[in-house]
Amino acid sequence: MDAVILLTLTGLGLAALYFLVASGLSLVFGLADVLNFAHGLFLGVGAYATWWAAGNLPGAGSDGFGFVVAVAFGVAAGTLMAVLVELVLIRPLYSRTIEQVLVTVGLSLAGVALLQATWGADARPFPRPEWTRQVTTILGAQVPNGGLLLIVAAVLVLAAILAFLQWTRYGLIIRAGVENREMVTALGIDVRKAFTLVFAIGGAAAALAGALGSVYFGTVSPQQGGSLLIFAFIVVVIGGMGSVVGSAYAAVAVGLLQQFVNYYGTSGLGDICVVALLAVVLLLRPQGIAGKVATA
Amino acid sequence: MTEVKSPEVTAPAAAVPSEPAGWSRLRPFLPLVVLAVALILPYSTLHLPGIFEGALNSPGTLQLLAVCLVFGGLAAGYDLLFGRTGMLSFGHALYFAAGVYGTDILITRVGLPLWQAAPLAIVGGIILAGLVGAVALRTVGIAFAMVTLAFAQVGAILVARDFGGLTGGEEGLPLDVAGVPSGLVGVANTVNLYWLALAYLVVVVFVVHRVSNSPTGRVLAGVRDDERRIGVLGLDPYRFKLVAFTLAGGLAAAGGVVYCLIVGGASPHITSSELTLSLLVMVVLGGPGTRWGPVLGGILYMYLDHRLISVGSSGAIDALPAFLSRPLSQPLFVLGTVFILAVYFFPGGLASLAPRLALLRNALRLGPRRES
Repeated sequence: MDAVILLTLTGLGLAALYFLVASGLSLVFGLADVLNFAHGLFLGVGAYATWWAAGNLPGAGSDGFGFVVAVAFGVAAGTLMAVLVELVLIRPLYSRTIEQVLVTVGLSLAGVALLQATWGADARPFPRPEWTRQVTTILGAQVPNGGLLLIVAAVLVLAAILAFLQWTRYGLIIRAGVENREMVTALGIDVRKAFTLVFAIGGAAAALAGALGSVYFGTVSPQQGGSLLIFAFIVVVIGGMGSVVGSAYAAVAVGLLQQFVNYYGTSGLGDICVVALLAVVLLLRPQGIAGKVATA
Repeated sequence: MTEVKSPEVTAPAAAVPSEPAGWSRLRPFLPLVVLAVALILPYSTLHLPGIFEGALNSPGTLQLLAVCLVFGGLAAGYDLLFGRTGMLSFGHALYFAAGVYGTDILITRVGLPLWQAAPLAIVGGIILAGLVGAVALRTVGIAFAMVTLAFAQVGAILVARDFGGLTGGEEGLPLDVAGVPSGLVGVANTVNLYWLALAYLVVVVFVVHRVSNSPTGRVLAGVRDDERRIGVLGLDPYRFKLVAFTLAGGLAAAGGVVYCLIVGGASPHITSSELTLSLLVMVVLGGPGTRWGPVLGGILYMYLDHRLISVGSSGAIDALPAFLSRPLSQPLFVLGTVFILAVYFFPGGLASLAPRLALLRNALRLGPRRES
């Protein structure tokens, strides 16, 4: 029983990480049709900016309020990066899907190499508050606090994104744009502002994932983003592109499946089950759990 | 949605009217000349300081060249998907890895001789590509890219986790040379591997050329330009795409066999999605949908990838300030940046440079007369 609770909660922690990366990807894809390979880079930038801030930024540190400042700095850096990428690189290639994918591919290669050049290829220990190293006993299971932190953060982000989409004017434009971009443009609304906004939201969520994921793992490395990104892609496809709620469901399904099968089966089998789940979903319901038909 | 369309029907004679007569007569034979030079290259003891470390026929140089040639062939095979059929696959590394690991496991673990292991590995790669393609091609566009990426990831996981102790996990699996003919083993015989790689490249270019000029190839180009129209004409795009996908997978597996022999084993990094991404970079840099562009792109990319490491650690780069020298010592940073610039400023890749320059030359030379 303890093992089941522990696996459920760590699985949810993993799901939270996937959701933070996938929500932005899904919104960006749903609205702008951009498959963003550079999303892993936003994650890396967030993680490294937090790491740098904790050591160098005055007022920031690895504990207490200083850590909040450091994470805020990391999220700000990731957001800024995402906005710059959208404005400088993606916008000139508006509606040329393949070129946009190619540019983000080039950016992910060059960006990760740049992180590697600056801070080395090896994983570095991540400064984290003392309490995230502890465990909390829930119903007899010893759950690491870092995972709980991820779950709380993901729930807050989910609530914030949904509230934003539901109750603000820009949220309305984004929802309408995901539904039918041409119609929104025809009504005289500049959708491209919404593109920048969606990139900013995605960049912020990914940077938060980078910072909190590094807290969870205890280290930060340039390749972290890339390996998470593939599973985030799978989550996006299973959840349905453009649907934040679908991403949340899919993230939970993928995280739990991966955690349970990896524990009860051979290590690595869980990852393969996730891809099998993807194949099944695509064959039975190509548009994902809750999304528009997944075409370019 | 694709970036390469069938070439707008420009009459070639009109586009480049003022080439010297001798040149245009020689031009069809240029590939043969290059091939002949490539064939006799190992007999040369020429030193090219700055370009290669040792003499042209030194084993190190020949091995680098052989790897470049294999990747030229791989890029040409990948272009069959991306440039000629308009399919953006992110899982091509899977079939290459099937060739590499298939050969390696069959020789080292099972103990088969090369002449049995190589065909088995290639057939395995073809079957794998057929199966994956049958599922993945039910989706189109970006979803197809993601599904192929996910399947390739399974391959990477299988290799890295070392199920059944076959693949050697993170360590890789050195090739047991007992099953390989002695002419392909050892430093002294690198030249034979070089010729093998050259033969592979020639075969791939020939196959891709034949396929794209056949009726099937015209349908593939049609699928790239407008898939619905092919459907309206009564042809099934799914079948044609599956044929192209399977064929490209088989070519990649064959490249894997050659690569396994050249490198003398298998290591898990060839299964990563990064390999597929670099194939994409090669094709786009070279010029998708052209006969020689992807080959040139592949050769150049691998050459730069190897050489930039040694250039990066050389004195000239070290002398620069740290904020310049560190990024420049990362080949992927340089190649990624060049790639982004190429997408913006040279959409046709290297292959489009020659016609562009010719147009420019004509405009300069003939000037006002061409205006009419």
